[in-house]
Amino acid sequence: MTSVADPIAGHPHADASSHVSASRASTRADAVLFPVAGTERELRLDLFRGLALWLIFIDHLPPNILTWLTIRNYGFSDATEIFIFISGYTAAFVYGRAMQEQGTLVASARIFKRVWQIYVAHVFLFTIFLAEISYVATRFENPLYSEEMGILDFLKQPDVTIVQALLLKFRPVNMDVLPLYIVLMLFLPPILWLMRRRADLTLALSVGLYALTWEFDLHLTAYPNGVWAFNPFAWQLLFVFGAWCALGGAVRMSRILSSNVTLWLCVAYLLAAFWVTLTWYIPQIHHLLPKVIEQWMYPINKTDLDVLRFAHFLALAALTVRFLPKDWPGLKSVWLRPMVLCGQHSLEIFCIGVFLAFAGHFVLAEVAGGAGMHALISFLGIVVMSTAAWVFSWYKGVTVKGGSRAKRSDADLAGGEA
Amino acid sequence: MKAVLRLTMLAGLLVAAPVRAEPPAHTCEVPAYLLTSESTLPKVEAAAKPGGKLDILVVGSRSSVIGVSDHSAAYPNRLQAYLKEKLPGVEVNVALELQVKKTAEEMAPTLEQLVTDKKPNLVIWQTGTVDAMKQADADDFRNALDEGVAAMQKAGTDVILMNLQYSPRTETMISGSAYLDNMRVVAQQHDVPLFDRFAIMRHWNESGDFDLFSASPGMELAKRVHDCLGRALSTFVVDAAKIKAADLRIQR
Repeated sequence: MTSVADPIAGHPHADASSHVSASRASTRADAVLFPVAGTERELRLDLFRGLALWLIFIDHLPPNILTWLTIRNYGFSDATEIFIFISGYTAAFVYGRAMQEQGTLVASARIFKRVWQIYVAHVFLFTIFLAEISYVATRFENPLYSEEMGILDFLKQPDVTIVQALLLKFRPVNMDVLPLYIVLMLFLPPILWLMRRRADLTLALSVGLYALTWEFDLHLTAYPNGVWAFNPFAWQLLFVFGAWCALGGAVRMSRILSSNVTLWLCVAYLLAAFWVTLTWYIPQIHHLLPKVIEQWMYPINKTDLDVLRFAHFLALAALTVRFLPKDWPGLKSVWLRPMVLCGQHSLEIFCIGVFLAFAGHFVLAEVAGGAGMHALISFLGIVVMSTAAWVFSWYKGVTVKGGSRAKRSDADLAGGEA
Repeated sequence: MKAVLRLTMLAGLLVAAPVRAEPPAHTCEVPAYLLTSESTLPKVEAAAKPGGKLDILVVGSRSSVIGVSDHSAAYPNRLQAYLKEKLPGVEVNVALELQVKKTAEEMAPTLEQLVTDKKPNLVIWQTGTVDAMKQADADDFRNALDEGVAAMQKAGTDVILMNLQYSPRTETMISGSAYLDNMRVVAQQHDVPLFDRFAIMRHWNESGDFDLFSASPGMELAKRVHDCLGRALSTFVVDAAKIKAADLRIQR
């Protein structure tokens, strides 16, 4: 029985520079306080983060055949949960080690540098979005949609809109994940500081904040109205839980995870969730769902990370950890390589995915539509994402081989993986 | 690098692909499952008797009409025409109450008074678009629907909910899924039929009946879509109210 707490990457590029990793491992050997040690990258994390990135991309395109492959059609949770959990896990792992080796101050500085990178990526995506809709606004005239085109009215007051976008308050469709990520990372230094001393207390505080969020309806407002689509007060729970797992929680949970009771609970819950989801798509069987359950269950709130969603993610994760061992040879197979590579360059690939989703919409609108074209665009998008990830890996491999200069920047690259 | 090369070639192919062929003559068929509802319309059923009078009120935002002044080609008017055809001997009257740029939360308090004043047998409440554009809070939206539907039912009318238009061009800008889901939930809770305009229009777009992506289709496409919506809606109403059109014919 392996668990997610088994060591992940000591080094972002273990295969390309094993000698560096080996030396690092020895310097870390005395760091027994830190529950994670080892040199081999945890490929399962990369694999599932890559998968999450692909699914997020597909979900951002208009619905098509591939949409039926995404998790959200088979249960309550979706790719966002995977992405945030793994982000918390890897961030805690990478920066936790940095805190150990370089001190809280330096590690915090590195985290803030990372926050800045994500912020810049967000602004970059916003610029592309503006370009696209400005184009649509000037070219598109369909009396059928005169009401819907009112959405472009905000272009008439760029002074307000652009400032609000820079303040992360104005977020067009599909651009909600990065602001959440920015806020979560911004609070990572104190979380990590406390987590390394009192892990369970930190998790308890996180659960407490989650409960307060539901009780008192804590939220961040958005522009022009409404709230953040992913409420950071609620979603922090997944992020902190990921961090808790990375810093030893998963090891302590391994007995629970390997028990058969857990197994059957998870299976039962996943099947129940699947059955509920079926009633959304097959109205004929909807009457089989008891009204009482329906009233208790709905709405399943994505904004505030509904407990049902969180539980669904936990069940999925528990089964995955149980049935997909860390050393499964398939993780290194050529076929899963593209997904793993994408997971290893999450920020870049996420941005490319959002950009490709915009571009895909654009092609569908301007060039051709139809189911075949839809599927082709989804497929091509994944090919582009994988190719880009491969190029990033190749480039990083080259720079690491480049000698001392690379060695110095390596810490940043490792941070860049979180 | 081979992959990159291949990709470039594919991209080239994409650009060179011929512009979509003209769609075939429109039939705008709607699959049966989109036009059946388990919920019923007892007040409509009672009114649609030979010599009876069926009053329908459409409450909606801008997407219930085309253009600004002339509403004759919009779906409420077409619904009236198709219902008259289907229900001979019944005096069908469809009125339209436009509430431009109003969210469901703003519309809901007005509904009870509207029903009391106009005494319709059926209210078709088209909503969700403005809410989606403003990204109104999903809970507030659902509560407003909940209250609006309850108030109208209490005031003595049948209710049909109508959801958003399928608008592929604005999909990157307007996220409708939360509003579509909530409308489905509220319809189920109050046992009122939901006319799934979104799914129907998407079906037409995918089956090639209409090219809803078209950049400058002019007025003609809008009119044809509304005509088809009116026809589908008339079938939906007759079906949900369990009116046997054949009976009406015989008695005439």
